[in-house]
Amino acid sequence: MPIEKFTRLVSSAVPLPAENVDTDQILPARFLKAVTREGFGEYLFRDLRFDSAGNPLPDFPLNRPEYAGRILVAGRNFGSGSSREHAAWALVDYGFRAVISSFFADIFRNNALNNGLLPVQVSEQYLNVIFLAIDRDPKVRITIDLEKQKVMLGEDIYWFEINPFRKQCLLNGWDDVDYLLGLQNEIRKYEENSNT
Amino acid sequence: MKEPKTLFDKIWDSHVVRRIEQGPDVLYIDLHLVHEVTSPQAFAGLAERGLKVFRPCKTVATADHNVPTVNQEQPMTDPLSRKQVDQLTRNTREHGIRFFGPGHPFQGVVHVMGPELGLTQPGMTVVCGDSHTSTHGAFGTVAFGIGTTEVETVLATQCLLQNRPEKMRINLEGKPGIGVTAKDIALYLLSVLSASGATQHFIEYAGETVLTLTMEERMTLCNMSIEMGARGGLIAPDEVTFEYLKGREFSPSEEDWNDRLTGWKKLFTDPGAKFNREYRFDISALDPMITYGTNPGMGIKLTGRIPTPDTVPGNHLNGFKHALQYMGFEPGQPVLGRKIDYVFVGSCTNGRISDLRAFASLVKGRKKAPGVTAWIVPGSQQVEKQARKEGIDRILKEAGFELRQPGCSACLAMNDDKVPPGKYCLSTSNRNFRGRQGPGSRTLLASPLTAAASAVTGVITDPRELM
Ligand code: SF4
Repeated sequence: MPIEKFTRLVSSAVPLPAENVDTDQILPARFLKAVTREGFGEYLFRDLRFDSAGNPLPDFPLNRPEYAGRILVAGRNFGSGSSREHAAWALVDYGFRAVISSFFADIFRNNALNNGLLPVQVSEQYLNVIFLAIDRDPKVRITIDLEKQKVMLGEDIYWFEINPFRKQCLLNGWDDVDYLLGLQNEIRKYEENSNT
Repeated sequence: MKEPKTLFDKIWDSHVVRRIEQGPDVLYIDLHLVHEVTSPQAFAGLAERGLKVFRPCKTVATADHNVPTVNQEQPMTDPLSRKQVDQLTRNTREHGIRFFGPGHPFQGVVHVMGPELGLTQPGMTVVCGDSHTSTHGAFGTVAFGIGTTEVETVLATQCLLQNRPEKMRINLEGKPGIGVTAKDIALYLLSVLSASGATQHFIEYAGETVLTLTMEERMTLCNMSIEMGARGGLIAPDEVTFEYLKGREFSPSEEDWNDRLTGWKKLFTDPGAKFNREYRFDISALDPMITYGTNPGMGIKLTGRIPTPDTVPGNHLNGFKHALQYMGFEPGQPVLGRKIDYVFVGSCTNGRISDLRAFASLVKGRKKAPGVTAWIVPGSQQVEKQARKEGIDRILKEAGFELRQPGCSACLAMNDDKVPPGKYCLSTSNRNFRGRQGPGSRTLLASPLTAAASAVTGVITDPRELM
């Protein structure tokens, strides 16, 4: 699956200050039974977003009318737990293109990148700055510029790190399979040399 | 003189097909395990590209996450689950991949099945679309969980683009006391290092304690590495490993054995090799452990009390409060003596034969407490068969328990084994996340011994009292 290019995103954001939001919370296991990648947005944060009868819980940020946007701002250690890529699919399907947090679980980070969802890791302090800004003005615009690796909140600029290779992949919409298919001869040679 | 290397680096380096400057390594994968839930989209992606599986002989599939644990021989009643298993059946047939589907004598939880068949061998790189792939590290492999896009990548090219993780060594010393199992060690490490304490690291477990652990105990320990946020965990192979592997279905043949053994014996961390982080723990004074919260790092001594807010670091306070609220617990309460509703023994953490033996040893001659629903789920067909051979099924039956059929079951509650909202489940699995065992379920993680003691008393019980 070629990934959607990511260059620059300007959007308001949805805050989710909870820490350790694991993949079971992002997408509960009972919704893993699909055989395609689409349609998971409906179940995103299902048990945090709706009560058991399916009524929206008014306090949950995704249900609050003042919050909208293509950026999710989440507390520390977002996406821990299961390797289910369905969690990333659900976020993308719902409409998110970037998640800002002070810490991402490793597998989630890879899954996000493989789906054109940009995980932006910022310091704990800056994360709080963003939460406060959204608190003051839920419509505040956040700019994420991947090329320049910066997050802009009004005048405030934060530079974030990203693996240069992954950055190129996202900017250009390249995917790993295409890259590796180009290396088939090298892979075969490796196999011969290692007698596998 | 050669630079001393860690075990992890030895294995990683020997699998690098190409180094990308300022980028990830192209890593060759020796064994790719596949299951029904995280693979359909990967096979579909392959078809869209018009590709075949590059190395079907290095790919092995089973059905575990979805399967029912009763009447497994009958067609699956849940249409969505059945569709996933059907698709895997078709996909594996089309691509010439070995498939141990429902009813096959080798079917089982993917991380129980691989090792017990000898598929997992020292020095390998092993991946699976499941985070607990870390289990296989017990054999001295670099084994880690991947997402579905990566499953597709491995199917298409037998390689992955991976950044080399940092390395952590956890040295364990001392002999665990009676009633203290590998699961308790894992929960203890988690309680100290936290659920994100090893993010971006690969853990090597070393030290005298590790040498004395059986392979099944080592698997339990490595299994839980992911709960600390680690990419994986591994243990240097030794005589215990080699002995375990001898004569298994896919182990090297007798002719090849000595050759392979020579290679395996080089798999250790050189003295003086550097780790990014290193810890040392004495576990001789350890007590059985249990979790009280909603991530596996929230663990305490079974005999201890739930922490009070003043002992919780400020930035975790909110999460702590929410967790207690969800669990229906108060700060400072003891957990011993609390009523439980469900007991689950199984999963890739504690669903192996030694776990069933441990459970049976304590319930033997006793009776299941009324009001407790127990699911005793073997990790694989082979484990089930062995349990029946040893008469464990009879011991269980006499005590009022039933041995079910193999699968992931209540570990993630994708089949019918769901804990109802608000109910307490003492579980030998690996995750106590909100809703993991069913919406609103409340999970307490512990060892099979603690599960057994609690199942016969109906309240959380220290297994040492019954030993
Ligand atoms: S038993 Fe649980 S943790 Fe293990 S593979 Fe199955 S679902 Fe994953």
